[in-house]
Amino acid sequence: MNPAFSVVVFTLAAGAGQGLVAAIAVALLIGVPIDAPFVRTALAAAIALLLVGLAASFLHLGRPARAWRAVAMWRTSWLSREVIVLPAFIALVAAWWWASGHAKSVAAMTLLPLAALAGAALLWYCTAMIYACLRFIEEWAHPLTIVNFSLLGVSSGLMLASALAALAGANRVRGPMAAAAAAATLVAWIARALALRRNAALRHRSTLQSATGIRSPRLVQTSMGMSAGSFNTREFFHRASLAALARLKLAAHVLAFALPCLLAALVAAGALPPLLSVVAALVQFPGLVADRWLFFAQAKHPQNLYYQVVS
Amino acid sequence: MIAALKALFGRAEAPAVAEPSDPPARQLALVIDLNVCVGCHACVTSCKEWNTGGAAGPLFDDNAYGANPTGTFFNRVQTYEAGVFPDTETIHFPKSCLHCEEPPCVPVCPTGASYKRKSDGIVLVDYDKCIGCKYCAWACPYGAREIDEARQVMTKCTLCVDRLEDSSLAVDDRKPACVKACPTGARLFGDVKDAGSEVARAIRERGGYSLMPEWGTRPANQYLPRRVVAAAADRHEGNPAAENGAAGAVVAGDARTAGAADAAAGAPRP
Repeated sequence: MNPAFSVVVFTLAAGAGQGLVAAIAVALLIGVPIDAPFVRTALAAAIALLLVGLAASFLHLGRPARAWRAVAMWRTSWLSREVIVLPAFIALVAAWWWASGHAKSVAAMTLLPLAALAGAALLWYCTAMIYACLRFIEEWAHPLTIVNFSLLGVSSGLMLASALAALAGANRVRGPMAAAAAAATLVAWIARALALRRNAALRHRSTLQSATGIRSPRLVQTSMGMSAGSFNTREFFHRASLAALARLKLAAHVLAFALPCLLAALVAAGALPPLLSVVAALVQFPGLVADRWLFFAQAKHPQNLYYQVVS
Repeated sequence: MIAALKALFGRAEAPAVAEPSDPPARQLALVIDLNVCVGCHACVTSCKEWNTGGAAGPLFDDNAYGANPTGTFFNRVQTYEAGVFPDTETIHFPKSCLHCEEPPCVPVCPTGASYKRKSDGIVLVDYDKCIGCKYCAWACPYGAREIDEARQVMTKCTLCVDRLEDSSLAVDDRKPACVKACPTGARLFGDVKDAGSEVARAIRERGGYSLMPEWGTRPANQYLPRRVVAAAADRHEGNPAAENGAAGAVVAGDARTAGAADAAAGAPRP
């Protein structure tokens, strides 16, 4: 597939926002000493990220003014479900942000964090199922897609929480957040590496023979039927060289996982000053962009079998 | 809320597969005869000509007379070469929307703009509801859908639905433009559910097969495999396999294509 930057930005920004909300919710629920001003700062940052994601998703549409129609087919379409869950989740986080500015009510301390946690998980599931449900895009049609969308969101959210805690001087929170960020990033790295390995070894079910019904073992296309490309050649081919893909993969491994994981672990252990949590989050961002770009680029759409030779 | 969540998660096991709803009583479709397609592209140009003049507005064209012309087309003719020299065959292969009986593009559409018409099984896009998210194109394994870059809505073969129902046209003209244009009669059109129709007979008697049967989309359009002709068989003189018609038949339905239609027909394969 040819990765669309609007979708890369949307899935990353919303995913990090969800992760940040989930981090604060879990911290509150398990009794990490976290004060109300920091909760409000983190939730405001999460809402900003979610709104950036929402805006990016509009950029993907050919007819953004009709976007409201996308809520219609929630019975069958994961995209429709996501379109419903995303604004609902933003509203929920906004309600929690508002409530946390008031007295330490049960709603602000327990009910809303629980609901936000469930909302974040549901949104990850919807987003990932958009890709995982396309059974003939075999790189995506696997439970690891759901695992990875969730874990990358959790990892980037915790990195952000840890950076925000360092910036806000929330001293009692930043240690646990940095430790959790390091652990989550390590787990996310393992899961993503498993998916990358699986995809690299994948043997696709569709062949030129099954696509055309022509049984001959030697079968080549001599013309795709046009000379200068079409939607089919623009949307489904990324055109990056193998060397560029290899560099991106390395960038993803180092920047999205190895380096931030190491930095967060050293900050948590007290070996590095807390402000390096900010560096970890900043370093992770380009790594995540490279990784999400690869997620799309690595998917070989079966329609590409029909578009091999220009003439 | 609980019921809604159950509804959400309940479908995780069978995503993007249309519910087995009442199958349409009729299923209009094309049957492409690979024996006689000569790759002239008349179906491509007649399709573009008819559909660019329709009520939905012109189909996008960019740089039409320049070095790199591109635009929206519903139908293409591709060319493949099968076999090893000197026993090679050139196969011209028209490809358009297959109007699947289980169209994976329909359930994924978030707005309901993509639908399969109950009355005759044609898969259509309501251009007024389409938001141009392109998800249906991702969900089609055949690459049958193209976004119109100018109108920013998804477009595809309609089987010339505006010809089929135009009572001002002569009855013989109420067919897709590509079918009318084909000089060799390689494109048959009709109701594949009507056992007595020309298309159902062709599928039954001549081993019609579907593309990418591995995904269970059950395309309505079928292809007729090439037959071994006497001249081709003669070249293999002395080869016992050639004499009973086994060799030279490089074109035939893939063994895995033995779908419902083939099984019912029990068509012998070359």
